[in-house]
Amino acid sequence: MPNRRTFLKVLVSGFTMTGPDLLTPRFLHAGELPSGAAESTVREALSGKGPLIKRTFRPPNFETPVEVFKDVVTPNRRFFVRWHLANIPRLVAENWRLKVGGDSVAHPFELSLNQLKREFAPVELMAVCQCAGHRRRFSEPHVPGVQWGNGAVGNARWKGVRLKDVLARAGLRPDALEVVFDGADYGAIDRTPDFVKSLPLWKALDENTLIAYQMNGEDLPHWNGFPVRLVVPGWAGTYWTKQLIAIRAMPKPEKGFWMNTAYRIPAGKFPVTDRFLSQKGEADTAITEILVNSLITNIEEGQHCPLGRPVMVKGVAWDGGHGIRSVEVSVDGGKAWQEAKLEPHQGRFSFRAWHYTFTPSRTGKQVLMAKATDGRGSTQPFELIFNPAGYYNNVVQGITVEVA
Amino acid sequence: MSVHVMNRFSAVTVVAVLYATAACGAEPNELEPGAGRDSVMANCVMCHSVDYIAMHASFMKRADWRKTVDKMVSVMGAPIDQDDIPVIVDYLTKHYSVE
Repeated sequence: MPNRRTFLKVLVSGFTMTGPDLLTPRFLHAGELPSGAAESTVREALSGKGPLIKRTFRPPNFETPVEVFKDVVTPNRRFFVRWHLANIPRLVAENWRLKVGGDSVAHPFELSLNQLKREFAPVELMAVCQCAGHRRRFSEPHVPGVQWGNGAVGNARWKGVRLKDVLARAGLRPDALEVVFDGADYGAIDRTPDFVKSLPLWKALDENTLIAYQMNGEDLPHWNGFPVRLVVPGWAGTYWTKQLIAIRAMPKPEKGFWMNTAYRIPAGKFPVTDRFLSQKGEADTAITEILVNSLITNIEEGQHCPLGRPVMVKGVAWDGGHGIRSVEVSVDGGKAWQEAKLEPHQGRFSFRAWHYTFTPSRTGKQVLMAKATDGRGSTQPFELIFNPAGYYNNVVQGITVEVA
Repeated sequence: MSVHVMNRFSAVTVVAVLYATAACGAEPNELEPGAGRDSVMANCVMCHSVDYIAMHASFMKRADWRKTVDKMVSVMGAPIDQDDIPVIVDYLTKHYSVE
């Protein structure tokens, strides 16, 4: 089999090439690391990105260092990167087209980027994108997959158009059951299942589900899906198709590997309420919404805290769109809990910042914990609900500090 | 979607940059020397960098590697000869597992 990767292929003539953007991370100098960062993992940068923690090089999977989440909005340059397939074409905005069709559509059509921006009402919202495998490395027992730590998540202000408006133009037929999404990425060999995802019709038609062309006021970075990606607030990142080029409304369930086999959770094990009935199997079902979660962002494992001096614990909390009702903090390993102060609301799909101040009154080790509760009363567990793919890790985090 | 398919069905123009170890020189390709290393380099690196292997070393056992290699063949379509599978599994077990 010829090694297709050794060629820089120019597949279609008539484009302007701005230079091959090869995947060449550069090692960062210590001076480029944020102050106070004691990250043991080597950080690298992809083209157009700031320092990220490399998990894998090709396909690129890079996570955000936790201190970046001190800001409630995750900068584009520090937003995590997750791809399944090695061939990620560099798309040219002027030539990008979105095909809208499928068996449950009366009038298939194509859109250019200018048409998408001009012919549909723009919408902006804050939303968390979280990989289903966020925190997989903490699974006990360990499970195969990208060994994400606490940084396979990010929060951004997305701008785009409502998917439902685009589908309305295509004329949805009454038999539409799922909406299927395909990006421009593809495998190194033809037999590798293409990364194709679907949503149930009700979620596709949700007013918050967007075809997004901006992130934090700028074009999407290449590594985050330039020029256009799907934004599915409240749901796992796997549905947020990057480099979106085709949408199909279909009367039957999508049966490809990435729906039928991957991204599935044991049925009935998790406190999820969003239903994806057309993808439900006997023992498992497609993953849906993000479960309530939180992260302490300004304190590291083993950090020293002076006795008798106030310590402000800061963090973020998020969930699948019910909104954060409360965050509680424990400074004694979970015996006693106090309410943290929530920062102003940024929308129910966004990170919610919080803080809590305490004054250490005895020397020795102290375990800090944060536990968020969402608007439906669902809270974080103390024990992992084990599943073979390592999804849905929203276990309460414990950080040990040293008081001296 | 592959570019090939796109060209057949749509007017999308893309520049596909197909990354190559040889071309960019930055991809990690450090794998422990030993019997079977060549088979891994010949069969696995086509689709992903070798850091995927090291990432799993702290908890994988022989049976896990066997399952993974089988998945690469049966699901991901890796064109690995049947004879190469035990060689690859042996190598991964010896150098990148807890067994």
